Amino acid sequence: MPHIQLPEGLPGIRGAMAFRPETAKPLNDLVEVLLRGPHSLTPGERELIATYVSYLNDCYYCQTIHGAIAAASLDDNEELVKRVKADFQHADISEKLKALLVIAGKVQKDGKNVTAEDVEDARRLGATDLEIHDTVLITAAFCMFNRYVDGLATVQPRDEEMYRERGKRIARDGYAAVSKEYLAAYVTQ
Amino acid sequence: MAHIAIPEGLPGITGGFAFRPETAKPMRELAHILLHERNSLEPGERELIATYVSSQNDCYFCQTSHGAAAAAHLGDEEIVKRVKADFQHADVSDKLKALLVIAGKVQQGGKQVTSEDVQHARDLGATDLEIHDTVLIAAAFCMYNRYVDGLGTWQPHDESMYAAMGKHLAAEGYRKPSIATAEVA
Repeated sequence: MPHIQLPEGLPGIRGAMAFRPETAKPLNDLVEVLLRGPHSLTPGERELIATYVSYLNDCYYCQTIHGAIAAASLDDNEELVKRVKADFQHADISEKLKALLVIAGKVQKDGKNVTAEDVEDARRLGATDLEIHDTVLITAAFCMFNRYVDGLATVQPRDEEMYRERGKRIARDGYAAVSKEYLAAYVTQ
Repeated sequence: MAHIAIPEGLPGITGGFAFRPETAKPMRELAHILLHERNSLEPGERELIATYVSSQNDCYFCQTSHGAAAAAHLGDEEIVKRVKADFQHADVSDKLKALLVIAGKVQQGGKQVTSEDVQHARDLGATDLEIHDTVLIAAAFCMYNRYVDGLGTWQPHDESMYAAMGKHLAAEGYRKPSIATAEVA
């Protein structure tokens, strides 16, 4: 049961966002820019970073929904998502993305763990400053989202099909659009 | 030196914000709502939560700038130091102490928060909104702190700069760049 009285029937972050639509707006705007805005990293690659960090933070809801969005963005390749979580160095992704995932794994623990060598490795494999910046910020942001979702003890159903369906919709329509559906009822109150 | 080519002379998060205005906008807006807009918790109390979490995350820029904002709100620098070092013996309300316990757990990991922690805060008068905002402030500073340190931003040890920044943040909030940014930008 959630620690506070969240609106019922909205799992994970959705219940928290409906409880406080004022903070939901910038949270959705941030994730929309970071994961879906125009970018040299594909949405699938950015969702893999978000999934990996959520997995390291052991947040069931976030790693499952973002894993589903990643799969939906990568030709429904659910195996690739599992592989990135378990052992990304041997997953079928670019060397550049592997170097960015190394940086993400360091930021997840503490920003100060990132070394000049980590950044140089990523740059040598073609990463731009913007890609490095966004990798750091996606990771930092998911250290927030994961704590928000778990810190309120939100409802996190073990229902793979639900995440799969929702992942497809978010991959198609985006965070801002999909969030409007469930936030609208609360914003007007 | 920062890990990426951030505009020069901008300390801490202001450098990251100048590098990427698209993400700066929602990040500023979130901080403004959580720390500055009207709430049953005073802005000074909320800045103390932000400062404490930043101190637990060992982020020099964030703990110093938000510590300065807290001091500006509360007219008291000693209380800020005390909250960072040992909040259970600081001159803050028992409700705020219970919320700081929750913030400290969220900093470690959201699942560390127990229903006893929440019940304790509630017994001391905390509302659901105050508990929600404590969790989200703590979570958000786990983001801001990692962002500031993960980019290797410039974090000068210059007390007068932070004092000026703290006064500006306390008065104006987070939607607009702080004085320090305006001066060097």
